[in-house]
Amino acid sequence: MTNHIKPAILMLLFFTVLTGIAYPLAVTLCAQTLFPSQANGSLLGSNEQPRGSELIGQAFTRPEYFWGRPSATSPAPYNGGASSGSNQGPINPALIDSVQARIKALRDADPSHSEAVPVDLVTASASGLDPHISPAAASYQISRVAIARQMSTDSVRELIDRYTETRQWGVLGEPRVNVLKLNLALDKRFN
Amino acid sequence: MTANGLLQITLYFIALLLFAKPLGVYMAAVYENRPVFLSRILAPLAAGLYRLSGVNPEQEMGWKSYAAALLWFNLFGGLAVFALQILQAYLPLNPQRMANVTVDSAFNTAVSFATNTNWQGYSGETTMSYLTQMLGLSVQNFVSAATGMAVLVAMIRGFQRAHADGIGNFWADLTRGTLYILLPLSFLFALVLVGQGVVQTFKPYQTVPLVEQGRVGNAVLPTIAEPSVVGHEKHVPNLPSTQTLAVGSAASQIAIKQLGTNGGGFFNANSAHPFENPTPLSNFLEMLLLILIPAALCHTFGTMVGDPRQGWAILSAMTLVLVSLLFVTVGFEQDGNPVLTTLGVEQSVSVDQSGGNMEGKETRFGIVNSTIWATATTAASNGSVNSMHDSYTPLGGLIPMWLIQLGEVIFGGVGSGLYGMLIFVLIAVFVAGLMIGRTPEYLGKKIEAFEIKMAAIVILIPAFFILGGTALAVMVEAGKTAVANPGAHGFSEILYAFSSAAGNNGSAFAGLSANSPFYNIALGITMLFGRYGIIIPVLAIAGSLAAKKTVPTTVGTLPTHTPLFVMLLIGTVVLVGALTFVPALALGPVVEHLIMSAATK
Repeated sequence: MTNHIKPAILMLLFFTVLTGIAYPLAVTLCAQTLFPSQANGSLLGSNEQPRGSELIGQAFTRPEYFWGRPSATSPAPYNGGASSGSNQGPINPALIDSVQARIKALRDADPSHSEAVPVDLVTASASGLDPHISPAAASYQISRVAIARQMSTDSVRELIDRYTETRQWGVLGEPRVNVLKLNLALDKRFN
Repeated sequence: MTANGLLQITLYFIALLLFAKPLGVYMAAVYENRPVFLSRILAPLAAGLYRLSGVNPEQEMGWKSYAAALLWFNLFGGLAVFALQILQAYLPLNPQRMANVTVDSAFNTAVSFATNTNWQGYSGETTMSYLTQMLGLSVQNFVSAATGMAVLVAMIRGFQRAHADGIGNFWADLTRGTLYILLPLSFLFALVLVGQGVVQTFKPYQTVPLVEQGRVGNAVLPTIAEPSVVGHEKHVPNLPSTQTLAVGSAASQIAIKQLGTNGGGFFNANSAHPFENPTPLSNFLEMLLLILIPAALCHTFGTMVGDPRQGWAILSAMTLVLVSLLFVTVGFEQDGNPVLTTLGVEQSVSVDQSGGNMEGKETRFGIVNSTIWATATTAASNGSVNSMHDSYTPLGGLIPMWLIQLGEVIFGGVGSGLYGMLIFVLIAVFVAGLMIGRTPEYLGKKIEAFEIKMAAIVILIPAFFILGGTALAVMVEAGKTAVANPGAHGFSEILYAFSSAAGNNGSAFAGLSANSPFYNIALGITMLFGRYGIIIPVLAIAGSLAAKKTVPTTVGTLPTHTPLFVMLLIGTVVLVGALTFVPALALGPVVEHLIMSAATK
């Protein structure tokens, strides 16, 4: 039985070199050659002045910006260095309190609005970094953003439509709006 | 369920069944050492490895020798992961200057990755250096998967052979599985994933300025919702003006963590993290990889025993159970959380939103893709997640937990799923044999007392550790203080943790603060028994079967490829799983469901 010790150690060394060094290096080399932008985090803006990553959401709280999914990362929301969901169960009082507070914040920011709130706008995402909201959640915020920016609701809606991604290949996933891109576009219109 | 939801589920299973067949036939050729298209490149590499390690790949091993080789190899693998963690601060490739991991956490993680569980008590982006991820975790992702496949192939040889002493050569099976199957597929899919936006770099974390500087309100953001009172002064947390983006060599690790039913994420949020799983297409591929090899191995089995119908029968049983349970979970998650409806939250599905219970789910995946993943990852003992199971509705979350408790045989881990299912096949033919009063047979082998004893051990060990471990945890303070959610849900968190460890799954009701000495050690031991407590009896059965003569098929032989047998097999799995775990599930998810229903009446 002890005759297996030597091959066990040598095999482990070999596979460590092959799958632990050669494999990730080969993938990195090919990835950096074929898809340099994606491999480095799909950054928006220039290399010298990145504006964030297309794939990672940011926190927005002012009325003139579209708000994204609530984020449960700590110590601050949308901490790209420590992804996390809330892990709160459906009848956890903490979840109920949070949802109520989020609804109140939305209503306070736009008192004219009293419809039911789209669920993704008041529930924390799984990663805490979700870059998207549903088109329903974007539509819900049109009047607030329009008032804060003194724009017509139609031109805000037009902008949402432009940044709405449909299902991939028409089938996969869900329709969604990239909040960071949409807000950057709003800012660009004003500068 | 919308038409699109149904279409996405259908597409997923069609793709799975379509790719499983050719891959399964290919794997049979690999393990029977027949030349395949990659042999020209890989055969010399394998030969060099055998020579360097002083191994003769043709040498047959008896089951005890095979088990010993496997255990030594896994022991050294685990020790390497352990050493890398407790020394990482002194080692290179640590740009974030991660500290050394504590001993109990390092033990847990070493066991976790060596046993193909990939339970993660730690959080990837804040704990592990790049070196540890590569040389430790990534390597075990490959070889622990190849280990599981090797055990399966050894068991199949038990059915193939007659009057034989040996069940194959562990080193050859390990090498073939890694070189010919796992490495090429991982390489291919890693690159496709990068194309979709998965990161692959050795650079340190990036820092970017936030678009919105100097926030005004923050009530919408619960973690900084209220200023906390420290002493007599109100303490308002500092709001960051920049965002750190954790990156790393994620794609290469994600491809193998999906393919090898490992499941250990590069980042804490696993495949919910946009850098691990950025698009619906990357999600579709990762879900496909999740059960591709377990499904394909059914065909490998059918091919190797010379009767493809036997493989189809098992694959049908697995698929039927998974599809039915998937629809249950989709239903409950799509219905949403009734408590939120009373608060004025819109949860119904429309063209503009997926609706449903979106707490802990990502917008791009919605309900359908989150629930396909949740059921597939628990059916297979993968354990990667793209949504947080802890936040599922009570009964929507019961299904993933129960799929683990069924013994990880509905697809299950690579290799381990099918050898586990074959154990249930033996039980099923045994039950049928009792009913008709004949000695049970399977594939020409008489199933006798020794095999049934070993099969009983295989079924009892996980059940003992799941129920015993949960009972222990709810009795001691260290077990109870770790729960995040009050009441019945807290019990579910503990039950899920021990189920996940015993089933070598690795997913979690992640609110549980499991990175404590109590859980690290208790779950570490559970993972060890959940893996090797199964592998050793399975290899013993393989050895016993290989030594037996093959009896000819007669009119009295129970056919094991018919729909009737598929039903018998499903019945056996479901009945054992239900009888063992329904009482415990009643205390957790079922109670929670009743409370939730009562709260909204």
